[in-house]
Amino acid sequence: MKEEIIIAGFGGQGVLSMGKILAYSGLMEDKEVTWMPAYGPEQRGGTANVTVIVSDERISSPILSQYDVAIILNQPSLEKFENKVKPGGIIIYDSYGIATPPMRKDIHVFRIDAMDAAAEMGNGKAFNMIVLGGLLKLRPMVSIDSVVKALRKTLPERHHHLIPMNEEAIRKGMEIIKEIHQA
Amino acid sequence: MATEKEVVLMKGNEAIAHAAIRCGADGYFGYPITPQSEVLETLAEQKPWETTGMVVLQAESEVASINMVYGGAGAGKRVLTSSSSPGVSLMQEGISYIAGAELPCLVVNVMRGGPGLGTIQPSQADYFQSVKGGGHGDYRLIVLAPASVQEMADFVDLSFELAFKYRNPAMILSDGVIGQMMEKVVLPPFKPRRTEEEIREECPWATTGRHGKRQPNIITSLELDPAEMEKRNIKLQEKYRLIEENEVRYEEINCEDAEYLIVAFGSCARIAQKAMDDARAQGIKVGLLRPITLWPFPSKQIAERAKQVKGILSVEINAGQMVEDIRLAVEGRVPVQHFGRLGGIVPDPDEVVNALKGLIG
Repeated sequence: MKEEIIIAGFGGQGVLSMGKILAYSGLMEDKEVTWMPAYGPEQRGGTANVTVIVSDERISSPILSQYDVAIILNQPSLEKFENKVKPGGIIIYDSYGIATPPMRKDIHVFRIDAMDAAAEMGNGKAFNMIVLGGLLKLRPMVSIDSVVKALRKTLPERHHHLIPMNEEAIRKGMEIIKEIHQA
Repeated sequence: MATEKEVVLMKGNEAIAHAAIRCGADGYFGYPITPQSEVLETLAEQKPWETTGMVVLQAESEVASINMVYGGAGAGKRVLTSSSSPGVSLMQEGISYIAGAELPCLVVNVMRGGPGLGTIQPSQADYFQSVKGGGHGDYRLIVLAPASVQEMADFVDLSFELAFKYRNPAMILSDGVIGQMMEKVVLPPFKPRRTEEEIREECPWATTGRHGKRQPNIITSLELDPAEMEKRNIKLQEKYRLIEENEVRYEEINCEDAEYLIVAFGSCARIAQKAMDDARAQGIKVGLLRPITLWPFPSKQIAERAKQVKGILSVEINAGQMVEDIRLAVEGRVPVQHFGRLGGIVPDPDEVVNALKGLIG
């Protein structure tokens, strides 16, 4: 098993922390992981992306030419990464941030209305966990149990009461992700 | 803080900080700069002055940092500083003085793109500065190039060991990729800081106080008598030859049957390794040689491989710096080409495969 993933969107959407929780979840299962942020003078509203690799074997390059899965949360990121998905790979996009959906026919395209679902849950901060749920539905590279363990490890204790809400958000994401196009 | 042997996930910069505390460092002096600021941040979070007694100080500038390191090193302490390219340029005078005064210390450079203030993105363009001296005068640093977060952690103690063994400044030459990336790491076990008595014992040259017994130890890089200064230089050169003899470190992957060789260090070696795997999948017999010490450089091993391969590709995030040392080692026996991206753009594995195909022709 080796999943090479790019998560890209606006700063403030929880792109980097979603990647971090995925990487920690991999660690909980003794998998090899790398988390490589495109760090920069980014700020809320600017673009942000992170490359996460989860693998059973030692990972060579943390920098990739192509990805198995691209999670795309805004239009500039779609333009940047659509052509970098491997043929037969996956794009997951949130309808809220994307006006023009992906055009490629040789990849699987999934839509997740995570922004709407987060609003329904009454918690905008659940957004990135909903998206993560969508990813894990399609590619169950780590278990929900491991994600919960990872949250327990990464969140300060004063935020541990939010873990059930995060778990609910992941399950919500698993429910609402839908296929738009099959390769 | 993680317990011993526990596998944790952290950034390369954070690993440097944790490793410094754990290997019994006495002092850190630094000034924040992207992409290495997490070193100082992590030390401030960990508050080692409350546990091991390690001093952590944000100096007023990089010039002050390196001179505080000079002072601490003179007293036989395990001291370090870290910065990124423009900050390390500011330190060069101090590094030259420390090398001239033959003192051990560690300087960490998490490189970013230059020249000048440049960019904050990853680069390997300080290779020349690091391995050829950097400051004025005939001197060398022992330069280690980590390719993983684990090596960021491991090379801190190794740097101090080598620095004290040879009374010479050591440098960890990293970049924004390794500094900012999170990976699994097992932190080194805790080692107590040396006591004053232990320092007196191990560092008879240090300014630890005469206690009314011995002649004063004088630490200086100044010697106005050129005949004496030449003697000092000759002694330095003898030391450098000894380091070249004993301390070359490198890693080879898939070199046994290789017809082509990629040489790359640090983050670039990781990218090149994937490129090598991809090229091998396409039937190209290519191996990877990763210099771990950039000085001393694995010239002999590269010369040895040059007898076997048809061509060598140096992959660097710069305009072609290490490639000069490879060419010196190879002495024209096989073609040596360079591939690199500049100014903070990191090459991806496909680009490296294409450059390799360019070499093959």
